[in-house]
Amino acid sequence: MKFRTRAIHIGSEPDPATGAVVPPIHVASTFIQPGAGEWGRFDYSRSGSPTRSNVERTIANLENGAGALAFASGMAATHCAVMHLRSGDHILAGSDVYGGTYRLLHKIANRSGIDVTLSAVDNLENLEAAIRPNTKMLWIESIGNPLMSIPDIEKIAHITRRLGILLAVDNTFATPVLVRPIELGADIVMHSATKYLGGHSDCLAGALVASNEKLLSELYFVQNATGGVLSPFDSFLIARGIKTLELRVREQSRTAMAIAEWLTQHNCVTRVLYPGLESHPGYAIAAKQMDGAFGAMISFEIDGDFQATKQVCQSTELFGLAVSLGAVESLIEQPASMSHASYDAADRSRFGIRDSLIRISVGLEDVDDLTADLDQAIRSAVKR
Amino acid sequence: MSSQNTIMEYESSTERPQISTGLSTQCVHAGEARQKAGNAITDAIVCSSTYTFESTQSVIDFIEQKQNREEYGRYGSPNEKVVEAKLAALDNAEESVVFASGMAAAIGLFMAKLSAGDEIVFFDQCYHRSREFCSKHLSRFGVVTREVPTGDFEAMEAAINSRTKLLVSESPTNPHLTTIDLEQFVALGKAHEVETLIDATLASPFNIRPIEYGVDYVWHSATKYLGGHNDLLAGSVAGSKEKLESIRNLRGIMGGISSAHNLYLLERGLKTFALRMARHNENGQAIAEFLENHPRIERVYYPGLASHPTHHVAKRTMRGFGGLVTFLVKDADWIETGKVIDRCKLARIGPSLGGVESLIEQPLVMSYFNYLPEQRAQFGIPDNMIRMSCGIEDTQDLIDDLTQALDS
Repeated sequence: MKFRTRAIHIGSEPDPATGAVVPPIHVASTFIQPGAGEWGRFDYSRSGSPTRSNVERTIANLENGAGALAFASGMAATHCAVMHLRSGDHILAGSDVYGGTYRLLHKIANRSGIDVTLSAVDNLENLEAAIRPNTKMLWIESIGNPLMSIPDIEKIAHITRRLGILLAVDNTFATPVLVRPIELGADIVMHSATKYLGGHSDCLAGALVASNEKLLSELYFVQNATGGVLSPFDSFLIARGIKTLELRVREQSRTAMAIAEWLTQHNCVTRVLYPGLESHPGYAIAAKQMDGAFGAMISFEIDGDFQATKQVCQSTELFGLAVSLGAVESLIEQPASMSHASYDAADRSRFGIRDSLIRISVGLEDVDDLTADLDQAIRSAVKR
Repeated sequence: MSSQNTIMEYESSTERPQISTGLSTQCVHAGEARQKAGNAITDAIVCSSTYTFESTQSVIDFIEQKQNREEYGRYGSPNEKVVEAKLAALDNAEESVVFASGMAAAIGLFMAKLSAGDEIVFFDQCYHRSREFCSKHLSRFGVVTREVPTGDFEAMEAAINSRTKLLVSESPTNPHLTTIDLEQFVALGKAHEVETLIDATLASPFNIRPIEYGVDYVWHSATKYLGGHNDLLAGSVAGSKEKLESIRNLRGIMGGISSAHNLYLLERGLKTFALRMARHNENGQAIAEFLENHPRIERVYYPGLASHPTHHVAKRTMRGFGGLVTFLVKDADWIETGKVIDRCKLARIGPSLGGVESLIEQPLVMSYFNYLPEQRAQFGIPDNMIRMSCGIEDTQDLIDDLTQALDS
């Protein structure tokens, strides 16, 4: 079966008890057991529940992994993966990762004695040179946030395999519609399912997908012990969102491509970062690695300072001024003051996250409506 | 209405069913406040059964209509207002009224508009439960129901008299997918000063906007394409504010309202409505063409096929032709026809239509099993008829599934 068909049917088998075409939302916190010390398929819902298990099967199938675990948020999923490491281990992360990931690694994981350093993912020599003898995990994003850097996942996986390091890929921006990291050699895929998987800005969720059963059971042990699991209601909303995932991602990518091209022609815009533009340093890898489209996230810089950039973000009428991304509604934000405010200012400047950078998440609205809105917002702040 | 700040007007043309290029924008934003309570990007689910007043004076202000606000859940809710405004925008109507199910919407309309002594004329392929309600139940209150052959405007005109209050049709009809000439339908109503109602459930506002032709009421089972995920029941009637007022008022008394949770799911479903419909249309057309060329198929009913008797009308009035395909299996009795359905692995057996999951059924078994053969012949339901609601799965997967089901 093709991706779109699996997204609708895997994990959404009709309910045997009633014939319901949409499986029930099982809200039970606990399940009656066959006998003392004898365990049924589900026992206590932190350990697993039918509705969560369904959406985990869907996500695992779409990512082509051995299994998936659903969490209460993307950060709960990331935390679980990091808790797989121990004191004394080193984690190497990409230099344009989500601000929340940066904060977790630098301000929480370090308390457990886990060492963290960052390196750009689009230079393989430097990346390999940054690996230390105690490096246990390489954390990258399949499309970097917010600079849209593109790692060559297959080549990076050769390095991590050779050195016995776990390769974890945050696949939130690309989604399994466009990139399937496990097929390229990654060990763990992480999702903020709040974004494209849910797709409607109405639930928080995270997921980890493991490439093999052993790793899955190790991650499950951490999940079950720490408890940041996804609720049955949110599991249902994510599952419902996944049914239109491919339609949404492809449509939003088509619109994003048109907007990126439009931005490059705009006389107030100095730089456009979108992997679908031939001018983008990661274009060649993206064209090879991504399945027919380049995603719906765009960053661009305007000819203006921090204040002018702020004003553009505050002047849109259709784009909502908010963090988060990946939903039907288009959003706009200034990474320096919003999504990447958790970065130390020095790291922001070192890694090229400038004050004049704007990040947009392209939604399902009509392309002409979106460019008209961006144009008036940009022109309100940048006088030409 | 809480629809200030909504998106872009669009220009309509009555010559061709031009749908705004901003339809997808409307799906996402229309009817919603730009800035919502709590600064949330999505509407809150307001499950309150009743709404409080800060003082006796504010109750009096409300009664004197100085204040537009909620009162008691049966009379309206914030979630209802958003969905109604969004549906009205999609139907290009002034307003819409939402009910707990498609039938609740139809009955709300009939009860509000018809009185003892009035008459109603149906084209006979209209949804059988709506005709049944009028002929079996409204008759108890002295309303006379007449049925005439679908598309026969002379017969419809002959059935109109001074007591006739409403002309009713579906377009396209179920399961024969006959498309009605809306211009002729509206002209007939206007000539006799009789109001017109179109059940546009199968087309959805993506493919047909009867309001633009001058139809007075557009009825949808929102359970189908509008909700789109086979996980809610809802219905709606769209029209002018003036014409809907009595329906809205009666709904507040009869009580067939939709819950806040349900309305939220409907609103969420509408966000991807344009996207889903484009895919349903593609799948419907592809499956219809595949079946028409299949040696085991006797006949296919699909408005997008040149072989359909009303294809010329469909081409003129519809933007796309929907996801429902009806077909006859060649030389098959009812048992063999059932076996074809049973061999399908992707499409599931069930009533309803318009969801992301494909559904398949045999009308004889699903809807007409307890009718006599001569009655079924009269309804045009042969033993070898199959109705398929194409979902949004991959087209080739659906074709592969039907191929193995037919070729075994």
